[in-house]
Amino acid sequence: MRLTLSRSVQFLSSMNLAITLLLVIAVASVIGTILRQNEPYQNYIIKFGPFWHDIYRRLGLYDIYSTPWFVLIMAFLVCSVSICLYRNTPKILASARNFQLHQRANHIQHLTHHARLDTQTGMDKLLFELQHWLKQQGYRVQSQATGEGMLVAAIRGEANRYGYLLTHVAVIIICIGGLLDSNFPLKLKTRTGQVQIETRDDIPLSAMDKRTILSKENPSFRASVSIPEGRRVNTAFINMGAGYVVQPLPFSIQVQDFRIEHYNNGQPKSFASDLRIVDKANATSLEQTILVNHPLNYRGYTIYQASFGDGGSVLKFSLFDLQSPTLQKTAAQLAVSETMRLPGDADALQLELTEFKKFNIFPDNDAATDKKFRDFGPSLTFKLRQADGTAREYLNYMYPVTIAGRDYLLSGVRESPQADYRYLHIPADDNGSAELFLRFLALLNDEVRLRPLLQRNSTMLIENTALPISPAEITNVLIRLVDLFRRQGFDGLKAHFSTASDAGISDAQDLQNASLKMLQFALQQSYLKVLEDSDLFTGELSAHEIQFLNDSIIALSSLHEYGTTYFIQLDDFEEIQATGLQISRSPGAKWVYLGFLLLTLGVFMLFYIPHQRLWFLLSGTDTGTHLLYGGSRTRHQADFGRYFANISHTIKQTFAAH
Amino acid sequence: MTTESLSQPLMQYDDHRQLAAVDFLWLFTVAGGGLFIGFNYHGYMNGYEQIILAGSSVTIGWGGLVWTALRRLLIVAVLFSLSAIYLYAGELTNARHFLLEYMLASQSAIMWMSFLFLLATGSYFLALYSRSAFTATVASALVWAATAMGLTGLLVRWYESYLIHPDVGHIPVSNLYEVFILFCVITALIYLHYERRYATRTLGGFVMLVITAAIGFLLWYTFERQAHEIQPLVPALKSYWMKIHVPANFIGYGCFSIAAMLGLTRLLKQRKPAARSILAQLPANDVIEDIMYKAIALGFAFFTIATILGSLWAAEAWGGYWSWDPKETWALIVWLNYAAWLHMHISKGWHGPAMAGWSIVGFLITLFAFLGVNMFLSGLHSYGEL
Ligand code: HEM
Repeated sequence: MRLTLSRSVQFLSSMNLAITLLLVIAVASVIGTILRQNEPYQNYIIKFGPFWHDIYRRLGLYDIYSTPWFVLIMAFLVCSVSICLYRNTPKILASARNFQLHQRANHIQHLTHHARLDTQTGMDKLLFELQHWLKQQGYRVQSQATGEGMLVAAIRGEANRYGYLLTHVAVIIICIGGLLDSNFPLKLKTRTGQVQIETRDDIPLSAMDKRTILSKENPSFRASVSIPEGRRVNTAFINMGAGYVVQPLPFSIQVQDFRIEHYNNGQPKSFASDLRIVDKANATSLEQTILVNHPLNYRGYTIYQASFGDGGSVLKFSLFDLQSPTLQKTAAQLAVSETMRLPGDADALQLELTEFKKFNIFPDNDAATDKKFRDFGPSLTFKLRQADGTAREYLNYMYPVTIAGRDYLLSGVRESPQADYRYLHIPADDNGSAELFLRFLALLNDEVRLRPLLQRNSTMLIENTALPISPAEITNVLIRLVDLFRRQGFDGLKAHFSTASDAGISDAQDLQNASLKMLQFALQQSYLKVLEDSDLFTGELSAHEIQFLNDSIIALSSLHEYGTTYFIQLDDFEEIQATGLQISRSPGAKWVYLGFLLLTLGVFMLFYIPHQRLWFLLSGTDTGTHLLYGGSRTRHQADFGRYFANISHTIKQTFAAH
Repeated sequence: MTTESLSQPLMQYDDHRQLAAVDFLWLFTVAGGGLFIGFNYHGYMNGYEQIILAGSSVTIGWGGLVWTALRRLLIVAVLFSLSAIYLYAGELTNARHFLLEYMLASQSAIMWMSFLFLLATGSYFLALYSRSAFTATVASALVWAATAMGLTGLLVRWYESYLIHPDVGHIPVSNLYEVFILFCVITALIYLHYERRYATRTLGGFVMLVITAAIGFLLWYTFERQAHEIQPLVPALKSYWMKIHVPANFIGYGCFSIAAMLGLTRLLKQRKPAARSILAQLPANDVIEDIMYKAIALGFAFFTIATILGSLWAAEAWGGYWSWDPKETWALIVWLNYAAWLHMHISKGWHGPAMAGWSIVGFLITLFAFLGVNMFLSGLHSYGEL
C-alpha cells in the first residue's frame, strides 16, 4: 500500500509525466480550434451526418474545454505541479539559503572558474573589505575560520529559486481560478438532470421546465441577451449547445438607446448602448453608457457590449401590383422579422421582412478621382415565399439613387443567399417616387384604355409608314406587341422573330425592325397619355422626359425577370435596434489575475536573476594575504565565465594594490 | 583579416560600466521627451496610456544605457520621424516633397527597410564565403540601417494615420501589414543583441533568412493586396491594451523565429562540416544551443506577458479572460510547447539535434498561431485577415 502510494507520487511528480501532460493538453486544444465550438446541433448534423455527429457529441468535442476528460487532464497537470512543488520546495529553499561553508581549497581549485591573488593587506583588513565589497555587489555573506584559513561564502540571486516556486504556484492558482469560472459544474448538473436544457425558441419563462431556470445566486456564469431599444429585461441566456438555460438577474437592465457611429468610409467606428440598471433590492437605479472595450461593472456583474441587431423596426410601405390595369397602392405596416400574406388567393405569397438598414455607405464610384463615400440611405430586405416553400430575396432602397446623373429606385432580387443581387432600375419621377413609371405600366396593362388610344393615333403611324393596312388591324398588331413586350421584354420579341426567321420567313429581320419601331411608337403614345393625364405634358417631350421614357422601357423589358408581380416601396420607418449584451460573473478572476502576476514575476526571476555563489579562502602569508577564490552559477555557465572574468578583474584592481 | 577576428569581441561588454556625461544627457533627453509628450498631449491619453508612456520612457532610457547602439538607433529614427513631421506640416498633400516621397514617408521608409534587410542578408553570406570580417561589419551596419528605416516607417505611419483624419489615427500595430514591419524590426534588434553578446556575426545570414521571408510577404502584400493603405480601427481594437499586447507578442515571435533559425544552423552542422565549408566558421554547437536556449527563454517570458495581456484585454472586450477562441487557444498551445521544451532542456538536460529540431517545430506552431489561425480558423480575433 505504502509502496503504491509512493510510486504514484513519484509518477505524478515525474518530469516525464509533466512534459507529456503539457504536450497532450496542447494537442487536445487543437481539436477545439478546428471544430467550431458550441454551435447549434443542427449545424453539426448537417456537416458531419447523424452518425459522426453522435460520436463527436459523446466524445464531448463540441464543448471540448469543459468535457470531463479534458478537465481531468488539466486536473492531472495541477496534481503533478502540486506534488512536484511539495517535493522540491524544501530542497530548493534549503539549497537557496545554504552557504556551503564546507568548501575547502581543494574544492575551490576544482571549480571551472577560480583564480588566485596575493595581496599585501593583512587578513583582518582584507576580510573586512572583501565582505564590504561583496555586500555592495548584492551578495549575502558568511564567513568561517577553517584549518586552511578564513572561508568567505557569498550567495546572490536566491530570488531565482523563489522564481521557481512562484511560477509553479501560479500555474496551480490560475487553473483553480479558471475552474471556478468554467461552465464545467453546469455541464455536470445537466448530466445529472438537476438542470434541464431548453431547446425551443421564443417561449415564455412560465412555459419552461423549472430546472431550466438557474438560481439568481449562481456565483459564476457567462450569459448573453439581446434587448431591443426601450425594453427592459431581468434574465439572460446561457448557450448550451443543444439549447440554452435561463439565468435570472437580481436587477433589470433597460436599454434606452443603441448607437452606431461610422467613420466617413462607412466602416463602423463605435457601438454604444445607454443602459439603465434598475435594482429593486437596493432601491437604486444607475444610468451608464457602455461601449466595446468599456464594460459596466455592477455588484460583481460585468455587462459588455457584445453584438447588435434589429430589435423589430416598424416599417410602413406601399404595395403595388405590377399587373393591375390601374395604379393600385395598398398601404401596409410590418415589423422586421414578422411575416404577412400578400393580398390574393389561398396560395398567395408570404412576405417576410428580414432586415432593415438605416445606412448603406459605399465607396462612390461616380467620383472616380477621390475616394469618397456615399450613403444610399435606408434599405429593406425581404423574402417572398411561395406556397411550395421556395423564396426569392429582395433588397429595396427607400430613396432614389443617382447613377450617371439620373435617379433610380433600386430593387435587387436574387434566388439564393449565395447569389449576387440583380437590380431593377425604376426611373424616379420628379417626386422621387416610382408612381409615374407605375402609371405608365398600369396603362400598358389596361387594354380597355390602351386600344382606343392606340387606334386614335394609329392613323399617324399609317401615314408615316405608308402601309396598306387599316387602323383596326394595326391596333391589333400594336396591342399584341405591347403584350408580348410586357410579358417577356425585348428578349421575348427577339425570340419571337428568330423563330419566325427559322421558319423560313425571308424578311424576318425587316419585320423585326418594323415591329420594334411600332412598339416604340405604342410605348411613346402611352407615355404621352400618362403625362397628359398627370397634367405634366407641355406639348413637346423634353430631353429629360425622353430619358425617362428610355429608362422606363429598359425597366419594363427586365420586369419579366423580377420574379414577382409586386413592388414594395418603403414609405416610412421607425428604427428599433437591439443591443446584444454579455453578462458575466467570474469569482475566479481575482485568483487568475493573482496567478498572472506571480507567473510573470516568477518567470522573470527564473530567467534573469542568476543564482550564483562565490567562495574566498583567505590565508596569511609572510607579506600579506593569499586569496583563492572561485564561483559557480546554477545555470548558464558560459555567462558566468564572462561575469567571473569581469569581477576577477575588479577584485585584482581593488585588493591587490593595498 | 583572418577567420579568428570574426569571433573577436565586437564591443566592450558594458554591464558594469560607470555612467558618463553622455549617459546623463541621454537620460535627460528621454525624460524630457516623455514629459514633453505627457504635458502636451495628456488630453488625448487616458490614465493607462499615461502609464504606458511612462513605462516606455523608462524602458527606452534603460535600454539606451545598457546598449548604447540602441540609443543611436532611437535617436536616428526619432530625428528622421521629426523631419518627416516637419515636412508634412500637417498636410498629407505634402507627401510629394522630394525627401518624403523618396525616403521619409512611411511607405518609402518601409521600402528602404526592405531593401536594406535584403542587402544585409546577402552581405552576411558574402562575408561567410569571402571570410571577410569587414563585409560582416558592413552587414551588421546594414541591419542597423534597415531597423532605423523600419522604425521610422512605423513612427511616420502613426503620424500619417492622424493626418488622414484624427478619427482614423492609431498606433500602427493593428493589422497584418503593420505587424510584419514590427516583426522585422524587433527580430533584427533581438538578433543584434545576441550578435553583440556572443561576439559573432557568422549567424547573421541564417537569422536574416526569416526576416527575408517576412520582407517577401510584406512586398507581396503591398503590391498584390494594397495592404499598406491605412484603415481605421474596428471598435474591438480601440483599446490601450493593443499598444502593449501586440509588441509583447512580437518580441515572443521574434525570439522564437531566431531560435528556429539557430536550430536550423545547428542541424546543418550535425555532420561535422568540412574545413572549407562556410558552416565551419559557425560557432561551436554548444554556443549555438546556448543562444537558442536564451532566445527561447526570452521569447517565453515575453510570450507569457503577451498572453496575459491578451487575456486581460479579452476580459474587458469580450466579457471573459479566457474564451477558448482559436487565437487564444493557439497562443496557449505555443506556450505549452515551449514550456515543455524548457523543461526538457533544464531538467532533463536534453540538447543536440533533437532540441534543435523541436525549436523549428515550435516555430512552425508559432507561425500557425500567428498566420494560420487568421487564414484558416474563424474567431473573435477580427484583425489580420488575408
Ligand atoms: C503549465 C505548467 C508549467 C509551467 C508553465 C512551467 C514553467 C516552468 C519554467 C518557465 C521553468 C524554468 C525553465 C528555465 O529556467 O528555463 C520551469 C522549471 C521547472 N519546472 Fe516547470 N512548469 C510547469 C509545469 C511543471 C510540472 C508539472 C513540473 C513537475 C513535474 C515542473 C517542474 C519543474 C522543475 C523541476 C523545474 C526546474 C527548476 C529549476 O531547478 O530551475 N514544472 N518550469
